[in-house]
Amino acid sequence: MSSAPVSSSLATLPKSLGRREFLKTTATIGGGLCIAAYVPELGAGPRELAPAGAGVFAPNAFVRIAPDETVTVIANHSEMGQGIYTSLPMLLNEELEADWSKIKVEAAPVDAAYNHTVFGVQMTGGSTTTPSEWERFRKMGAMARLMLVDAAAQKWNVPAASCHVAKGVVIHTASGKKATYGSLVDAASQLKPPQNIPLKDPKQFTLIGRPTRRLDTPSKTNGSAQFGLDVRVPGMLYAVVSRPPTFGGEVSSIDSADALKVPGVRAIEQIPSGVAVIADRFWAAKLGRDKLKIKWNHGENAALSTAKMTEDFSKLSATPGNIAKKVGDPAQALAGAVKTITAEYDVPYLAHAMMEPLNCVVDLRADSCELWTGTQFETVDRANAAKVAGLAPEKVKINTTLLGGGFGRRANPASDFVVEAVHVAKIAKAPVKVVWTREDDLAGGWYRPKWHDRFAAGLDADGNPIAWTHTIVGQSIMAGTPFEMFIKNGIDGTSVEGAADILYGIPNLQVDLHSPKIGVPVQWWRSVGHSHTGFSTEGFLDEVAHAGKKDPYQLRRKLLANEPRMLATLNLVAEKAGWGKPLPKGVGRGIATHFSFDSYVAQVVEASVGENGDVKVHRVVCAVDCGRTVNPDIVKAQMEGGIIFGLTAALKTEITLENGRVQQTNFHDYQMLRIFESPVIEIHIVPSEANPTGVGEPSVPPVAPALTNAIFAATGKRIRSLPIRTADLVAEGKAKS
Amino acid sequence: MTSFILNGKPVSAGDDPSTPLLWVIRDSLGLTGTKFGCGMALCGACTVHLEGRAIRSCVAPLSRVEGKHVTTIEGLSSDNSHPVQRAWIEIDVPQCGYCQSGQIMSAVLLLKENPKPTDKDIDEAMSGNICRCGTYPRIRRAIHRAAELAAAPAKAKAAQ
Repeated sequence: MSSAPVSSSLATLPKSLGRREFLKTTATIGGGLCIAAYVPELGAGPRELAPAGAGVFAPNAFVRIAPDETVTVIANHSEMGQGIYTSLPMLLNEELEADWSKIKVEAAPVDAAYNHTVFGVQMTGGSTTTPSEWERFRKMGAMARLMLVDAAAQKWNVPAASCHVAKGVVIHTASGKKATYGSLVDAASQLKPPQNIPLKDPKQFTLIGRPTRRLDTPSKTNGSAQFGLDVRVPGMLYAVVSRPPTFGGEVSSIDSADALKVPGVRAIEQIPSGVAVIADRFWAAKLGRDKLKIKWNHGENAALSTAKMTEDFSKLSATPGNIAKKVGDPAQALAGAVKTITAEYDVPYLAHAMMEPLNCVVDLRADSCELWTGTQFETVDRANAAKVAGLAPEKVKINTTLLGGGFGRRANPASDFVVEAVHVAKIAKAPVKVVWTREDDLAGGWYRPKWHDRFAAGLDADGNPIAWTHTIVGQSIMAGTPFEMFIKNGIDGTSVEGAADILYGIPNLQVDLHSPKIGVPVQWWRSVGHSHTGFSTEGFLDEVAHAGKKDPYQLRRKLLANEPRMLATLNLVAEKAGWGKPLPKGVGRGIATHFSFDSYVAQVVEASVGENGDVKVHRVVCAVDCGRTVNPDIVKAQMEGGIIFGLTAALKTEITLENGRVQQTNFHDYQMLRIFESPVIEIHIVPSEANPTGVGEPSVPPVAPALTNAIFAATGKRIRSLPIRTADLVAEGKAKS
Repeated sequence: MTSFILNGKPVSAGDDPSTPLLWVIRDSLGLTGTKFGCGMALCGACTVHLEGRAIRSCVAPLSRVEGKHVTTIEGLSSDNSHPVQRAWIEIDVPQCGYCQSGQIMSAVLLLKENPKPTDKDIDEAMSGNICRCGTYPRIRRAIHRAAELAAAPAKAKAAQ
């Protein structure tokens, strides 16, 4: 595997610079953020973190066993659909060997014991939950099992080594004596946790690697699953906030006379992010907001236009940026090339558009603050909430609910939706639920940045690429946030990930970067920088293949000769997709690979263009090497979901601004892919004994280029700008049908 | 006061009759399985049954249900035993799960009207329900499976 020196996103933070610097960063975020001395490698947190009354065995912060045999796994990562409330218990129970039907999952409170093993704060993101907990959760399970076995062995006065466990029962092998885990709770609680915790040889795994039903599904088919928006606290009020129509705009004057007449509206007051309307019910608050008359100072972003940005970005990309990666002498190689090609690619701002709009419940008291919300960023949110509440972080309790989608939006460096809710709570003087509408969500910023990519490639006499230059233009996600310290030599690693660490063996290569400062808040969005570099690099490589008269699959094979894992993944997808085999008339096949979050993904898309220019995606075949799979069915589900997420970006969505205003308001003009547009999807997992790598994001980047490459194969039209516009393909569609 | 039958039980709500049913069900009556996604009948997360037909409760005023039968996800079964729920669990359809109440309510009516739908029938009937997590391939599989499960008792009876 090639090294990825610039890949320093939150997503793919290299371990070498990771933990310590991240601790410093979060300490900055928090102002007085307390990171307890805690060694995640040892795993065991304070027992008092897992209390459940007397008579419960809580050997560490991650598991509790009750006399009724119930095993509660405490999940320190948020469940946002990625299946972690099933995968984490699987890791733990592989070693604990309790009865799987007795497993329950509970969200962890905020505590240093639950910090991410790499990032050093409590958070969920970067497709890292399984990779980062791979060892710790198994150790926590093993610790509990060792203590239960010891307890039984002492009771029977036999050596622990003469006992074994099966399905929540300790058995003395020779005599057949049995004791259930639940019956050993008191005795085990008297024992000291063992220092040495050996783990199973993977060959002995009985749970890891087996398709296992999700534990959270039953609650998601009968309406009982509790998302943040479902939380109800006694005496709770509801609030919506009117936010400025331009980023950075401010309230000039408020006329709330009509709004206050709406029955149920209790209070209307200015807060830092806008004007809060507090009412007995959500609907009253919303009606009140509709009646509110606010004059805004639109501020310095009132002229922003994305159309103008596209022009500016293109001009900027013609000038040299900060060097992110340089190999060989690309300028000289380009000058000496037999053939050169150039191209420019564009992708728009994108909203996360989780189905559950943002929300946060706050119960603020004189000396405490309790929050209920679906967040990916507990430590950061707690620190930011504490600052606004004027309390020590320890006085702020966060109850992490299920997340109705996250995709990065709920890991906000400024904790925007949490901080705002605490401000509202200060006015409400009662528990309050702040609700964002879909319109609020889409206009609310924190988008995937808009990007422009300019390429040049030089080919030798045989049509092989010998030079590759790639200039990237787009806002830095980390600039202006507490993560700014990760920007090194003008390079935000999240801007160039997937481009500077491209796996293809091209002898002369340069990637450089411009990071214009624009007043639109930007953020990580499922697959982060890879969401644009995957599209642009794989689209341009396809152009290189065609310019050199090479088969796009064969050229990739050649360039991946020193990347055995990606090569195997690519070969698998080509075989399963039937690369090279005839297709029905008008249907084209496109291929792409992308390495992200330490996982290898290759995809083949079959697509056609109708006579109105409408694109039909018929089939997506995907191969993935993500190391050892904990739950293959969840891996498949994540690949499927990522492909549909990527297709939505390819075919449907863009956030545009005119006069500083976001143009899109709801799902009629920010359209999601729907079931009738959803192709047949086939997922193939490359068998691997390597440690697990990312799963939630890596299937997003390759699907857009595989699709545009398929459209090229079908029609000869090269798409270099997303979303794909029907109007651009009418001529091709007519010609083909 | 507006009175109607919710999941088989008579209920009354004092909300203004123009209030969307969604918010009455969720905030006043406390059944939170029905979800808010868009407020404009665009995403289907708020789908409930009114007299056996699917409606988007986010745009249906409370006044519309006076004296009528409304069924929400909570009213499908007391124990996840409806064939659609069983199929959803068997195929592990949900990811984040937020849209799934609406998906299931739409699927239930599809199968009521068309006990053996084709993929095309499914695509047509389910196109009003958005899933951002991308569970569509599994929704298709699960609806076919639910059709089998729903037909199974009938078959078993016929065989006797």
